[in-house]
Amino acid sequence: MSAPVEGTTAATAAPAATAAGGVGAVAGPGRRFRGASVVIAPVVFGIAVLVVWQLVVTVGGLPAFLLPAPTAIAAQIGAQLPVILETAAVTGGNALVGLVLGFVLGVLLAILAAGVRVVSDLLTPVVLAASAIPIVALAPVFTTMFGSTTEIPRRLVVMVVVVVPVYVSTARGLRQVRPVHDELMVALAATRRQYTRFVRLPGAIPYVMTGLRLAAPAAVIAAIVAEYFGGLQNGLGSRISSAAANTAYARAWAFVAASIVLGLLFFLAGLLAERLVTRNRPGGGS
Amino acid sequence: MSTEATAETNGTHGTQAVELQGVDKSFGSVRALSGVDLTVGAGEFVSLIGPSGCGKSTLLRVVADLEEPTTGTVAVTGLTARQARLAQRYGIAFQQAGLLDWRTVAENVELPLQVHGVGKAERRRRAVELLELVGLAEFAGSRPAELSGGMQQRVAIARALAPSPRLLLMDEPFGALDEMTRERMQAELLRIAGETGAAVLFVTHSIPEAVVLSDRVVVMSPRPGRITEIVSGRRPPVAGDDLVPDAVEDVRETGAFFEAVTAVREALRKGAATEGHAG
Repeated sequence: MSAPVEGTTAATAAPAATAAGGVGAVAGPGRRFRGASVVIAPVVFGIAVLVVWQLVVTVGGLPAFLLPAPTAIAAQIGAQLPVILETAAVTGGNALVGLVLGFVLGVLLAILAAGVRVVSDLLTPVVLAASAIPIVALAPVFTTMFGSTTEIPRRLVVMVVVVVPVYVSTARGLRQVRPVHDELMVALAATRRQYTRFVRLPGAIPYVMTGLRLAAPAAVIAAIVAEYFGGLQNGLGSRISSAAANTAYARAWAFVAASIVLGLLFFLAGLLAERLVTRNRPGGGS
Repeated sequence: MSTEATAETNGTHGTQAVELQGVDKSFGSVRALSGVDLTVGAGEFVSLIGPSGCGKSTLLRVVADLEEPTTGTVAVTGLTARQARLAQRYGIAFQQAGLLDWRTVAENVELPLQVHGVGKAERRRRAVELLELVGLAEFAGSRPAELSGGMQQRVAIARALAPSPRLLLMDEPFGALDEMTRERMQAELLRIAGETGAAVLFVTHSIPEAVVLSDRVVVMSPRPGRITEIVSGRRPPVAGDDLVPDAVEDVRETGAFFEAVTAVREALRKGAATEGHAG
């Protein structure tokens, strides 16, 4: 679940105004939907996979602990639907709170780092090191720190995971100032603060949104995995681990399926937010 | 050379828009400018022309206080270059329009005023006025990306004019435009310069452009960048708004225009010859 950190080296580079070659890698709210075939192809493929899966399990006689049949999982989803919705709401809530906290923190830290050189030098390695923190290591520690009757530990885990891509992406966006804008603001005798407010921040917004898009699905993963390590037993993750422990494999898979749906929802929401915010723009740093 | 004589005959008693004395500028061991003396009178249109590397852009940037001269004095509207920049005494336009994509056209024009803390209502009023001046009033709410290159450059000029500067600095502003748009923009610029009474210091590669726009064409040569000659331009007298495009057309067909073009061309050749090889 390592957060998708792009261009770790770029984050330590000098805040130069050079238009970077890495623009395409981060930004670019490109055309992701090219009509019906884009939707139909993966749906057909998905159905084919399910059919083959069903055949392998029933005809091949695979034991349920190895792989339950899709029909068995579907039956469990039907039977557990109220519980699934309830637990998904808890996990989704944790992911959302952590995402918002991490997003705000990541953006604020990047702005701070962009404004003050010392802060950047101090912060960048720390944030990048945070990307290497396995939440496996953090979750039990947070649970002990804050107690097992609160949602705080999971939200903190999510926050740590979210801060990194948001910080890296925002910091990069803040460095992508076109030389002509740089010159213009000097010629206009703009203060540093005005320069940040009128040019750097608005210019960085596509990058900020890219950071959010990358962080959103990671937030769900973090929220679920954090539940595997104790604390309250009210989310999808804890249901998956307890069902598996009780040899209720089909039920475990039902909650896995719900986790996938939740992750997709966050991913799509992030994508939508990015496209809405950047729709008026000709793109990244051109 | 003829620098002083021409400046004297200009006969403006008010403060000169630009006064450069003995300006040198070196980048490491490269002498970009050497011994430049130049005066631009109030309301005067002066073009800087010369091959690449002759320092014409550097000279403009020195006036704009984007570069500091190594030696020599720079006065802009009677202030030091730095004071003039801080007081927004000049407006500047670059080869790239450099509009902020996320702002509307009107908000782009307002930018210099916003930087100087002018209130919102006053800013908007001024932006509307300026967009009318450059003929883009109906695009006030558009995004820069919706505009053509020529239109974007007109917005950039409107932006440069926002603080009502007495001096307009332009670094090849029409360099990226096609020939037809370019000629239309030249007429536009002459009309705007006439209406606002602003002096213009204009960097260009194009000899006809320099001649048709300018009161004086300053010819420069490279290594080190210096002024080799100053030729009288053929800036048409400004009458009512609509007359300007025709007046510009007329100028382009006169013998005097061709004479001036030839004079500039020869001055450029001479500059290249004394340097040993063409730039």
